Amino acid sequence: MSSTSLDTDAGTPAGPDSHGRFGAFGGQYVPETLMGAIHQLEDEYAKARNDPAFWTELDGYLKDYAGRPSPLYLARRLTERLGGAKVYLKREDLNHTGAHKINNTLGQALLTRRMGKRRVIAETGAGQHGVATATAAAVLGLECLVYMGAEDVRRQKLNVFRMELLGTHVVPVESGQKTLKDAINEAMRDWLGSVEHTHYIIGSVMGPHPFPMIVRDFQTVIGREARQQILEREGRLPDYCVACVGGGSNAAGLFAPFIADTDVKLIGVEAGGEDMKPGRHAATLAYGEPGVLHGMYTYVLQDADGQTMPVHSVSAGLDYPGVGPEHSSWKEQHRAEYVACTDQETLDAFQLLCETEGIIPALESAHAVAHVVKLAPTLPKDQTIVINLSGRGDKDCVEVARLLGRQIG
Amino acid sequence: MRRVDALGVAGVEVGFPYSDSIADGPVIQTSFTRALERNLKVDEVFRTIAEVRRTVTMPLVAMVSFSIVTRIGVDRFFERASAAGFDGLIMADLSLEEAPRVAEQAAARHLRLIMLTAPTSSAERRERIARIATGFIYYMSVAGTTGERDRLPDDLIDNVRQLREIGRKPVVVGFGISRPEHVRSVCSVADGVIVGSAIVRRMLDVVDAGGDECAVADAVEACVRDLLTGLP
Repeated sequence: MSSTSLDTDAGTPAGPDSHGRFGAFGGQYVPETLMGAIHQLEDEYAKARNDPAFWTELDGYLKDYAGRPSPLYLARRLTERLGGAKVYLKREDLNHTGAHKINNTLGQALLTRRMGKRRVIAETGAGQHGVATATAAAVLGLECLVYMGAEDVRRQKLNVFRMELLGTHVVPVESGQKTLKDAINEAMRDWLGSVEHTHYIIGSVMGPHPFPMIVRDFQTVIGREARQQILEREGRLPDYCVACVGGGSNAAGLFAPFIADTDVKLIGVEAGGEDMKPGRHAATLAYGEPGVLHGMYTYVLQDADGQTMPVHSVSAGLDYPGVGPEHSSWKEQHRAEYVACTDQETLDAFQLLCETEGIIPALESAHAVAHVVKLAPTLPKDQTIVINLSGRGDKDCVEVARLLGRQIG
Repeated sequence: MRRVDALGVAGVEVGFPYSDSIADGPVIQTSFTRALERNLKVDEVFRTIAEVRRTVTMPLVAMVSFSIVTRIGVDRFFERASAAGFDGLIMADLSLEEAPRVAEQAAARHLRLIMLTAPTSSAERRERIARIATGFIYYMSVAGTTGERDRLPDDLIDNVRQLREIGRKPVVVGFGISRPEHVRSVCSVADGVIVGSAIVRRMLDVVDAGGDECAVADAVEACVRDLLTGLP
């Protein structure tokens, strides 16, 4: 399978416009100090995007190092159990480091080298993007520092140690809520003072333009492969593509190559948390409103004064009060639909996938499974659903055990 | 503010606390976090300024995140700022790219839009920023966040001189300025300096030591008096 360019027979991903806007959303709301580096990134990526040698090198790493292409797997027992549409799993959990995050970090680390910078920084919530950045930095010989909320450092000790093994320095962030959004703030502050020699590897399709475009492009390898794989298996496109949405990178990567295929329904699943009361979920598109956060105009969870509201999810990777601007645009255009699944629905789906398919999903990805548990039984058996199984759940086992009232480790 | 006004400072920047202020260092962040913990609302800031405005004649500038402005509504925020008695706005996260429309809206409400330039800004950007800025051009002395620094960068004087020539507007320098000798060297070329963290840190120190509002005002006045000795 080739992924030597961004093309599929459905075309290259569209947008953003020359102002970095997807419809009304996106833009560049950052201090002037960063604009030089942002323009440098725009220019360098514009060159790389049209440089076959860049994609050849990236594809080499994706194939021989990260293990791509990832399989598209027909989940027979899950399909039988749900008794409706055929369910396929796009197995991003089988990538090196255990999630889709590596697709983006390898791409941005190669861009870093092209820009002649020697140091990368990143934010991380649960630690998956941090580990993927540390990994790409190690294999490409870059210095790496990762900001992680102090609360997350405590909850995700294993991933902190993994990053340290990979030669990365992990800095606990003590400001604000001490979680993902605060780690992003701190990474931005580092970047303000280090732009000359440092690239900030943002982990999702968020932040100021051109980050949402770059991260989406690197993640479209998921959708390009899935599109070709389902055509080979079924002889036609899927009826539904379903993916979880925090910042939204795995969903954007799956959805983008299907955007022009208007018969394919796209569903993003957000973290419904405990319930829909403010502070008890992270379902930004479902319950939020447009605003400015972390350099972009997009749906956000804010109070009436524009202060960011606390968020909650059983999965640390979805625990974010904003969302990528392209998702906001797809929502407004009704090109994709966004729904929320609760912590409990997610835990049930997590266990169901373990029992029926022998696959332990990341709690993030289990949100997508949870929605399909509701959707598939309502559809005829000749319809097909592709779920992006964006990551594996080993990292979540301690937390799930705790929630199930079991003591391990 | 009345006491600072009496000292003859050129104006005061009034910060609206924000939960996710990227451009600010630890001191301003701490002040924002504390204000938000005490549930300080945008309404209250406007009410207080309207009250202060009756007796204070110096210019007052709102330092506010564009996130807050967007949430309230750009025109509505500007209308209220103007009504409260603000003379201008500083929004560190409003880039030149997003500024043109906002500049028109500010002008319509008779507010100066102070734009920031950085050591990392290209000559071409400095020119465009200078063109759109009203009131004065804010030159950030360092690439980084707000906060006191022992030394100011070597290229500062040259950059400010150049910016004054390009812009033909007053250039005021902020970020890192905390001592009379900083004031002295910067004001040899710039039209003024902005001091934030050095003053706010003294306010926090007094509050932490159990001081009341009067003690806070004393500390601010002492700090400003000290800085003013650096003026040529």
